[in-house]
Amino acid sequence: MKNLFYIYCISLFGFLSYVQPQKTLKKSISDGKEIYQDFCVQCHIDNGKGVLGTFPPLAKSDYLQNNIEASIRGIKYGQRGKITVNGIEYDGIMSQQGLDDEEVADVMNYILNSWGNKAKEQISITQVAEVQKK
Amino acid sequence: MKKILSLNLICTLFFISSCAQKHGPIIQNEQSPNYITETVINGIDIPWGMAFISKDEILVTEKSGILYRVFEGKKTEVSGLPEIYARGQGGLLDVATAPDFETSKLIFFTAGSSDGEGSGGHTALYSAKLEADKLTNLKQLYKGKENSKKGQHWGSRIAFDDKGYIYFSIGDRGNREVNPQDITRDGGKIYRLNLDGSIPKDNPFYNEEGSKKAIYSFGHRNPQGMLKHPKTGKIWVHEHGPRGGDEINIIGAGKNYGWPKITYGINYSGTPITSDRDLPGLEQPFYYWVPSIAPSGMVFSTSENYPKWKDNLLVGSLKFEYLELLLIENNKVRERHKVLEGIGRIRDVKQGPDGLIYIGVEGKGILKIIPKPPLN
Repeated sequence: MKNLFYIYCISLFGFLSYVQPQKTLKKSISDGKEIYQDFCVQCHIDNGKGVLGTFPPLAKSDYLQNNIEASIRGIKYGQRGKITVNGIEYDGIMSQQGLDDEEVADVMNYILNSWGNKAKEQISITQVAEVQKK
Repeated sequence: MKKILSLNLICTLFFISSCAQKHGPIIQNEQSPNYITETVINGIDIPWGMAFISKDEILVTEKSGILYRVFEGKKTEVSGLPEIYARGQGGLLDVATAPDFETSKLIFFTAGSSDGEGSGGHTALYSAKLEADKLTNLKQLYKGKENSKKGQHWGSRIAFDDKGYIYFSIGDRGNREVNPQDITRDGGKIYRLNLDGSIPKDNPFYNEEGSKKAIYSFGHRNPQGMLKHPKTGKIWVHEHGPRGGDEINIIGAGKNYGWPKITYGINYSGTPITSDRDLPGLEQPFYYWVPSIAPSGMVFSTSENYPKWKDNLLVGSLKFEYLELLLIENNKVRERHKVLEGIGRIRDVKQGPDGLIYIGVEGKGILKIIPKPPLN
């Protein structure tokens, strides 16, 4: 009887982890905030506004909202070259930060849901894993 | 009336205190610069460190983990690096040639490494022999412990003194409450070793039980500039402060430079770290910057190429994207000047065997500064 109970528990756990493969949005955002404070804040600043002309803003950024995949790619592999954000051209370099897919997803969820930003959907680890280097 | 008076007083006090936060001589704009820049090598995203190996050959580190040998406008990858752990501000960092490089072909470099226990990484110092485009006889001379997944504050610069020692820095690894003030832990330190990696017996904490015996000075935040003063032979270090409070320190054995017990800066978020600016037993900086310039790399210009710069200090600014010239007189910073304003984020500054100043600029590569005869 006891064994049966164990089997039940294990299979329930297995089932739950299958149907719920990712953490809650709330947890992802709070983990992402920690990543942001460590890896991003020096350039993009606490308020997500960046430095005009040097480091692009994330707060209310049209580029971020309209280029989710490119943004993931930028964080995952680094980014260089011209981009236009809210009408201003930026031509800098963001070096690869060495974050794993889960950390990239977390920090994306944080920046997509802070400073007045509101994302429609949560960024998943799988989604990050699928983004390839260009 | 009284109310207005006190309001006035508060405003005045606020005004005074906000003025008092600025520090040092005001930086002066460039006036009719009599030099031009020329590209030595391009196409390097983050040229973190460089070292001359002959009169026209340079080793350049690219932070992501590539070592280049640069000659006549071409770069060749040098093989034989250890595995580089690139995370946040960490990666392949500084490179330096041994004082006897001409005969020994020995080079030193610092890099993030995930060796050892625990996830994450820490800063390590390596030596190797440079044979054409290959590193041989690779040795890890030191590695900070414990590994950390933090992206911040790896340092790291390398310098040699006249007595045969090598110095290098490790930043506080994003753990300021724990690392910099504890001599039993790595991080937030300047280290001194013999060139073979052994620890000099007269290091200041050599006989202290449980200490990291390689430590030479402590209480540092994130030092990314280090050199031997060309005249005094002393080791000069600059370090990134928090918001405000970047410092230049002339380091001494066993000295405590105070981070985070004392600082002239505040948190990035604007909240205070401490109200203490000096405390007994803690060293005051030679100079500090408020606001921060985010200093990276530095060199004394000692040639006749740039008369005004001679025997003065050049420091790269990541934040303001210029080279800062600090005129030093009677052991004080007397004037500050912008050089090459808008050039880009400067990572490293060196003087070449030709006496010219070379800079590493993000997104560009290496540039050299060539004096122009004055127009009149």
